[in-house]
Order: sequence, then structure tokens, then C-alpha cells
Amino acid sequence: MGWTKKILRVNLTDGSCKSEPLNMEWAAQYLGQRGLATKYLVEEIDPKVDPLSPDNKLIMATGPLTGTMASTGGRYSVITKGPLTGAVACSNSGGFIGAEMKNAGWDMFIFEGKAAKPVYLHVENDKAELLPADDLWGKSVWATDELLHQKHQDPQMRVSCVGRAAEAGCLYAAVINDLHRAAGRSGVGTVMAAKNLKAVAVRGTLGVGNIKDPAAFMKATAAGKKVLAENAVTGQGLPTYGTQVLMNVINEVGALPSRNTRDVQFEGASKISAEAMAEPRKSDGKPNLTTNAACFGCTIACGRISTIDKEHFTVENKPEYWGASGGLEYEAAWALGAATGVDDLDALTYANFICNEDGFDPISFGSTVGAAMELYQIGALTDKETDGIALNFGSAEALSKVAELTARGEGFGKELGLGSKRLCEKYGHPELSMTVKGQEFPAYDPRGIQGMGLTYATSNRGACHLRSYTVASEILGIPEKTDPLVTDGKAGLVKAFQDATAAVDSSGLCLFTTFAWTLDNIAPQVGAACEGDWSVEKMAEVGERVWNLERDFNLAAGFTGKDDTLPQRLLKEAAKTGPAEGKVNGLEKMLPEYYELRGWTSDGALTAETRQRLGL
Amino acid sequence: MKITLKLFATLTTYLPAGAHKHEVELDVPDGTTPAAVITQFNLPRDLTHLVLVNGTYVAPGERDKRQLREHDDLAIFPPIAGG
Repeated sequence: MGWTKKILRVNLTDGSCKSEPLNMEWAAQYLGQRGLATKYLVEEIDPKVDPLSPDNKLIMATGPLTGTMASTGGRYSVITKGPLTGAVACSNSGGFIGAEMKNAGWDMFIFEGKAAKPVYLHVENDKAELLPADDLWGKSVWATDELLHQKHQDPQMRVSCVGRAAEAGCLYAAVINDLHRAAGRSGVGTVMAAKNLKAVAVRGTLGVGNIKDPAAFMKATAAGKKVLAENAVTGQGLPTYGTQVLMNVINEVGALPSRNTRDVQFEGASKISAEAMAEPRKSDGKPNLTTNAACFGCTIACGRISTIDKEHFTVENKPEYWGASGGLEYEAAWALGAATGVDDLDALTYANFICNEDGFDPISFGSTVGAAMELYQIGALTDKETDGIALNFGSAEALSKVAELTARGEGFGKELGLGSKRLCEKYGHPELSMTVKGQEFPAYDPRGIQGMGLTYATSNRGACHLRSYTVASEILGIPEKTDPLVTDGKAGLVKAFQDATAAVDSSGLCLFTTFAWTLDNIAPQVGAACEGDWSVEKMAEVGERVWNLERDFNLAAGFTGKDDTLPQRLLKEAAKTGPAEGKVNGLEKMLPEYYELRGWTSDGALTAETRQRLGL
Repeated sequence: MKITLKLFATLTTYLPAGAHKHEVELDVPDGTTPAAVITQFNLPRDLTHLVLVNGTYVAPGERDKRQLREHDDLAIFPPIAGG
């Protein structure tokens, strides 16, 4: 089994909460979480729906291994049509609430309609009800979490909620759970706030015992944990240094997009790296990194918990920011740092705290600030529009100030909250927006890592690294090293990563396991937990089906192959330094081969044969 | 000739005295290879996962053949990942 086989359908318009059986025919085809919830979304909404209208739906979904003893089995995803892109949005988060949903007996929550007034969903095992949230509206994520725990007097209750950024219409607002874990990308939090749904609070005490073959499951999960423990990356590198260990290597290979991607290397990289986070600071002798942290069931523990120097200008006289909280991960450190030219580690940590406190995506935010800084530098933006803030590249003061404004949707922060595409279009320079399908790309420059160009161009949720992380192969040598500067073979590499990732994202496991695991390690765990055939081949087939389902939705929503492109800067302006000096991204060489491998037409549409093969 | 050796993550503990943050300038004989530097500083072979000369990867089979040149940057990382 693995699944609870129960869905909670919440109609926010009429206030009802109803239990319904999980569609097991679909579960056999789409597994769970990302895949299965996308199937529900595609079947239930018009692809052309306004993402912020009541007719859009929002799904919180677990996978069959969520809440089990499998390592990293604590994941859940938030799926909807995204307001930043107009494409399918699917944001994955760890923490503890996914496992809590499962322990309460639910595979998914489906939210439809819109509440007349702010509400929150309270779930305690079978009991589910919508309660007034007037007192929570206008509060940050952190305040909301605290107020809900006070109200229900249950320290083990888990909360996912939106902050003030979502309420203010920031198009890349996140759904934050457990204070600093985020379903971060594409504006899933904006959709939640548009439904007047402030929070979801869950307590589950039923346990997760519905495993098909418990003995086989224990054996498979134990074997998987042994592999993770003995692997140098998942057993040592990630727990010690976190994802931030990438900062220096990506800079060394000349693929660190800097100052709105004008450069591919950042001279301040080492000052904002994992190694820098571990160095004792002068004021109190303590490092930025306080400890690492693990999500539910995780034996990797890559999470960062940090503190800011109390003497730093960002937190002077603000004791509420003196405690330890969610620290910098690599993508956030890149976006808030290299993309803006800021090399002040404490300022980046502060901006990251603000992103968590009020729930918005640091990747999109930092990239948008980088674009705004370039607009400011060329005079397209002036002090008049920026509320007098001197938005110079490298200004930690400006970064900190605009983070506060964006968190609350105030002044120029309201414009930054619309993302870099809309900002750059408004001020007459759409070419300065580092986005694909409206979403800001993350911390890898496709001139220095060619496969990431195809990854960004074809990602179903707009530019993203977590749809096919070819960096693993092209730079890190996992599972095997490929040349980052060539386009040959990258179409197949991207497709393989996309399909495998979609399968992992549908299981309830964390993608980071795949630095040590392949589907050969994952399939036995899924197969022991779930009825049906979950061989490696079946898992890969599910991944491919999920990818095509998402693509089909986007095409129906109005996207075409012409949207599978990159910012002109990456295609026309050569890298200035490093191994990629003189190179642009060779997307035009990779894309036709990719379409062919996918079984799509030369315009990027699914062929009838592909639909039939995948049962779409 | 002078080269710059950069060691990262768990390898930083192998940097000699006089290193600044992750790097140190070395005076090495002409014709020195990455493998010779790895040996000189007793870097565990299983931790010398990514060997980069001026940012470009040098495969394990090339590390005792590729000759370093004046002002080259030799950067070495253990197995790492993130994202």
C-alpha cells in the first residue's frame, strides 16, 4: 500500500471538508505527490484558468513513502497553476508537516474555491475543519506559527502557512512549513493567499503502518540508509557543509551568474561560501553556522541553522533576529549574494531570514533585485521609483532594505514582488530579466554548464535546477563526469535527469538522496511499501509520464515550443572569464535533439504516438 | 615557478601554514603535475575528487601527466554536491 488511500477535499467557498477515496488507478500510473497531484490538477482545472481566481485549485500532496521509516521520507509538495509563470507549479518541501499529514491519515489535501474571509484548516486525524483566521491575517509566518501553537496548545502540531508577502500579492510567495522549510518556487503561496487560506495546521497520531511487506521494507530502507551513510557526499559533505559547499566550485568552473548574469564569476564568492559560514567571527568568536539540521526521517541532515552577528547593522536593536534560524542554502546565498554583488554573509543571512519570516522565494527575489540593480545602474530606474534607495550592485544596505519592503509589499517592494520579467518589461528592458517562462533561473550559468541551458529552457515550472540537475554530472561527476562545455549528449542527459527526478518527486523521498542513490536503490523501497509493480523500469516510465503530463498542461495553458528558450544574454553575450570564456549557451543545438528524444514534434508538442505510449 | 593551490571543504585542513583562507601560493619545479602536488601535501586520493586547473577538470588518468604552468590555479575538492 504505502498510500492512506484517503484525500481531504476542502471547499473554501462553502466551508466543507470531505473525505474521498484516492483514485488508485491513477496512483498506479502516477505514484503520488508530484505525479499524482498533477494528475488531479490537470483533470480538475481549466488549463487557461487565472491562477489567482477561485477556479484554480491548490493541492498539498504526500508520496507513498512520506511518513515512513525510509530515509528522507518526509517530503510533501504543493501543486497548483502558478501565478509567476502561468505554468504548472509544483514546489517540494521537507520539514515535518508531510509526515504529519500522513500520520493523520491523509495522502492529499485539495483546496478549491475561495473563502469569503481568512480561514485556516485544522486537521487532527479524521477531524478536519476550517476555522476563522482574521487574527492571523497580516501576520508573518513566524507569528502565525506561534499563534496557532498557542491557540491549540499542541507543540507537536505542524503548520504550513503564508506570510505577508503572499497576502500583498508577491508573485513568488512561498508556503512555509515548520518555520523555515519552503515550498518555495513559482508563487504557490500567492495562490494560497488568494484563496484566503492563511494556514494549514495538522496533528496526526494514527501512525503510518500501511506497508505492503514490512519485512522487505525494513530491509530495503536499511540498505538504502547504509548507502547514504557510506557515501562521501550524503554521509559527510552535505551534513558538514550543506548545499553551500557548491559556492566555491561553481565559481571556480566559471558558472556562477553574477551581477544579473553579466559575469560568470564573483570575486566575493569565498566570503559567502560554506567554508566562510564555518569561520569564527571577530565579535563573539562564533561562526555563522550554528548547527546542521534534518527533516523528518532524514539521515543526511543537510539543513543549515545560522545566527547573525548581533553587532551587524541588519539586526542592531532587533533582538527578534538574534536567535538561530534557517540559514543560507546555496541557491539562496547565490541569489541574495552573487546575483546582487553583495558579499556580506550576515546581510545575506538576514535577507534569508526575512524570506522565511514572510514567505517568499529567495531565488526569484535575489534575481529580481539583481535585475533592478542593473536597471538602476543604466538609469532606467531612479531614486524616485526605488523610494530613495540607492540600488547599487554590492550594496548590503539596499538588499536588506528591499527585502523588508518586499516582505510587506510596501513601496518599491511591491514592484520587486512581481518578479524580474514584469519589472524589466515595465522599465523598458525585458532583455535584462534572467527568466524562462517568467521564472528566475538559479545559481548555474548555462554558458559554463551547457546542459543547464536546456534544463532551464525546458523546465515545466519555468527556469529551475530541480527539474534536471545535470550539474551533478557536468561538474560534480555524479554519477559520472561529463564535459560541461560541450552540448553533445546533453539532450539525453537532461531527459534522463528529468524523468528520474519526476519519479523521485512522486515518491515522498528527497531528491538529494540521488547523489548516492539511483532508481536501483529507490525502486525496492517503493516496491516493498506499495502494491503493484514498482521496478526501476516502471519508476522511469512514471517519471516520463509525469513529465509529459506537465508539458501537456502547459501547452494547453498557451505555452509553445517558442517558450523553450533562454534570456538573450545567455545566447548572445559570451562569458568573459573562466573556462567558458568566449562561449554562449548552445541551446539551438540541444533542443531539436531533445524534442526528438522526447517523442515530440519539431514544435515541441506531444505526438499521438507518445500520448498512446504513456497512456495520456 | 609559482602556482596557486586551493583546497576546499574537508581538504582545507591540509593547507600549509601561511595559507590565506582556502589558498596558498607555491613555488614548484617546472613540469610539476597535479598528482605531484597531491602527493606533496598528503591529500587522501579518495578525497581528491575534483581536480581543476584554471577551472577546467583534470581526469584521474591525466593528473600525473598534465604539467602545470606558471601562475596556474590548482583547485581540489572532495566529493561534494548540493543544489
